[in-house]
Amino acid sequence: MPESPSPTSPTAGPTAGDGAGGELDGTTLVRAKALTKRFGDFVAVDGVDFGVRRGEVFGFLGPNGAGKTTVMRMIACVSPVTDGDLSVLGMDPRHQGSEIRSRLGVVPQDDNLDTELTVWDNLVIYGRYFGLPLRVIRERAAELLAFARLDDRRDSRVDPLSGGMKRRLTIARSLINSPELVLLDEPTTGLDPQARHLLWERLYRLKREGVTLVLTTHYMDEAEQLCDRLVIMDQGRIVAEGSPRQLIERYCTREVVELRFDTPEEQDAALPRLAGLDERVEPVADRVLVYTAQGDETVARLGPAGVHADSVLVRRGSLEDVFLHLTGRTLDE
Amino acid sequence: MSDALSSLADAVPLLRVTEREARTWRRFWRTYALSGVLVPLLFLGALGLGLGGLVDENRSSVEGFEYLVFVAPGIMAATALQAAAGDTLWPVMVNMKWMRGFHAAAATSLSPAEVYGGYLVWVGLRIAMNAAMFLTVAALLGGVPSPWGVLAVPFATLGGLAFASPLAAYSAAQDSDVSFPIVFRLVVVPMFLFSGTFFPVSQLPDGLEPVARLTPLWHAVELCRGATTGTLGLVEAVVHVAVLAAFVAAGAWFGVRTFRERLAP
Repeated sequence: MPESPSPTSPTAGPTAGDGAGGELDGTTLVRAKALTKRFGDFVAVDGVDFGVRRGEVFGFLGPNGAGKTTVMRMIACVSPVTDGDLSVLGMDPRHQGSEIRSRLGVVPQDDNLDTELTVWDNLVIYGRYFGLPLRVIRERAAELLAFARLDDRRDSRVDPLSGGMKRRLTIARSLINSPELVLLDEPTTGLDPQARHLLWERLYRLKREGVTLVLTTHYMDEAEQLCDRLVIMDQGRIVAEGSPRQLIERYCTREVVELRFDTPEEQDAALPRLAGLDERVEPVADRVLVYTAQGDETVARLGPAGVHADSVLVRRGSLEDVFLHLTGRTLDE
Repeated sequence: MSDALSSLADAVPLLRVTEREARTWRRFWRTYALSGVLVPLLFLGALGLGLGGLVDENRSSVEGFEYLVFVAPGIMAATALQAAAGDTLWPVMVNMKWMRGFHAAAATSLSPAEVYGGYLVWVGLRIAMNAAMFLTVAALLGGVPSPWGVLAVPFATLGGLAFASPLAAYSAAQDSDVSFPIVFRLVVVPMFLFSGTFFPVSQLPDGLEPVARLTPLWHAVELCRGATTGTLGLVEAVVHVAVLAAFVAAGAWFGVRTFRERLAP
């Protein structure tokens, strides 16, 4: 690891399982059982169960308002658990919040950098929050700037940096305490495609170095690209769990034919004819999805069935389809 | 200063928040130092010497003092109050809602209570620095007859914190800054004018005098004036300090609660 942060350092403390949790087997860093969060009468998280294993990238996929951020905040020990059990790094957030937080890296949804200060000072100040000695911070900040590809911006103020650079700085900042577990809330929301790919590449690198990542996203491509395992959340509950491939195999077909029609009336008229194809058909706002094992074969049967779509697209089944199947809605609805 | 703070902050985590403010401040310290000297010069020039000249000509003294001597500790305590308001209205809103710097700190090993406490310590340090500069300028102009005057620095600081500690809590609880100008106009300015700063509260209409005596600023002014003129009695001092400490404590209780609700809901 020539230019990168080491995932575990002397400051990172003992490994999971050494703490008070007891039930953990040493490879599970986060375990939730019937985890619940209520704000007054509103149930934000409704009894969820999940476990995050050491070294994996674990994702929470779901639309806005599904409860992903609230789960993340409970793991980050900045939101008290209302009900159920949660253990993080083998400790109890109720009583050991500060100890847990000292071993976490947190990348919040909205960057909260000190925009008036320099890139460098942001890292120094954050390191000081953990009580790290300046000597250690300086060494580590230099490594992290290289990791975040911000070496040449070391002395510039944060304010004029691009969105992608700010995000990378926020991620670099979250690594200043050599955390074992990094929580990323919507890491690429609002970034252009190029900036997203650079960020993904940096996250892969962290994963390769053995850092455990937990992220939330409402982008299915991000979940498919990054996550080893994920849960799909909707309205405070977990509706499915598995690897992206497992979820697609379980809830979707290998291929999907997307049909678009000129008018909603034509779309409505086509639906009874599509029913005759003997495949699962799902109409959504502006198109109709036909789930099939063989896309081309299905397309060939459209004409004879009397279906004449304006455009026809055959693609692979995706997590978006899984979500649609499980909730009856698309992710951006 | 931030390096000295660093070593202390290793042992006392809340000072790490103070250290952040100090590191930020260090970038702009020249501006702050300039205003630290200019503010007392302007106030004491206009009121102590300008207005004071008129007062002394006509009445010869206020409570037995030359007007500059009377008004200098009053303005010193009052500018501490103003600085307290300046540091705990918008800056708290910025850190809590707009730029979320307090949230960044609360995601580390620090707790919401430490974030609040560390920020308040910083406000106290800033007030103390300004008060020290004020006292120096006032002494050079001949407004501080007693060597006990050095006590006016901690007294003014305590007075500022008595206001800063509840006000930081208030600001943290707000969703927007719409009420802040009103706080300035209806709380800060009246206190500034009528808490014994420029004239004794005995000059106020009968019903208002007891009200003035309830404000933290009046207690701070009494302490500062007693120190710079060397007339402060021990019992008096203990009572004023106790009242101001009670303001700080009540504000801190409220502050820890609101910071916890905001940073870890």
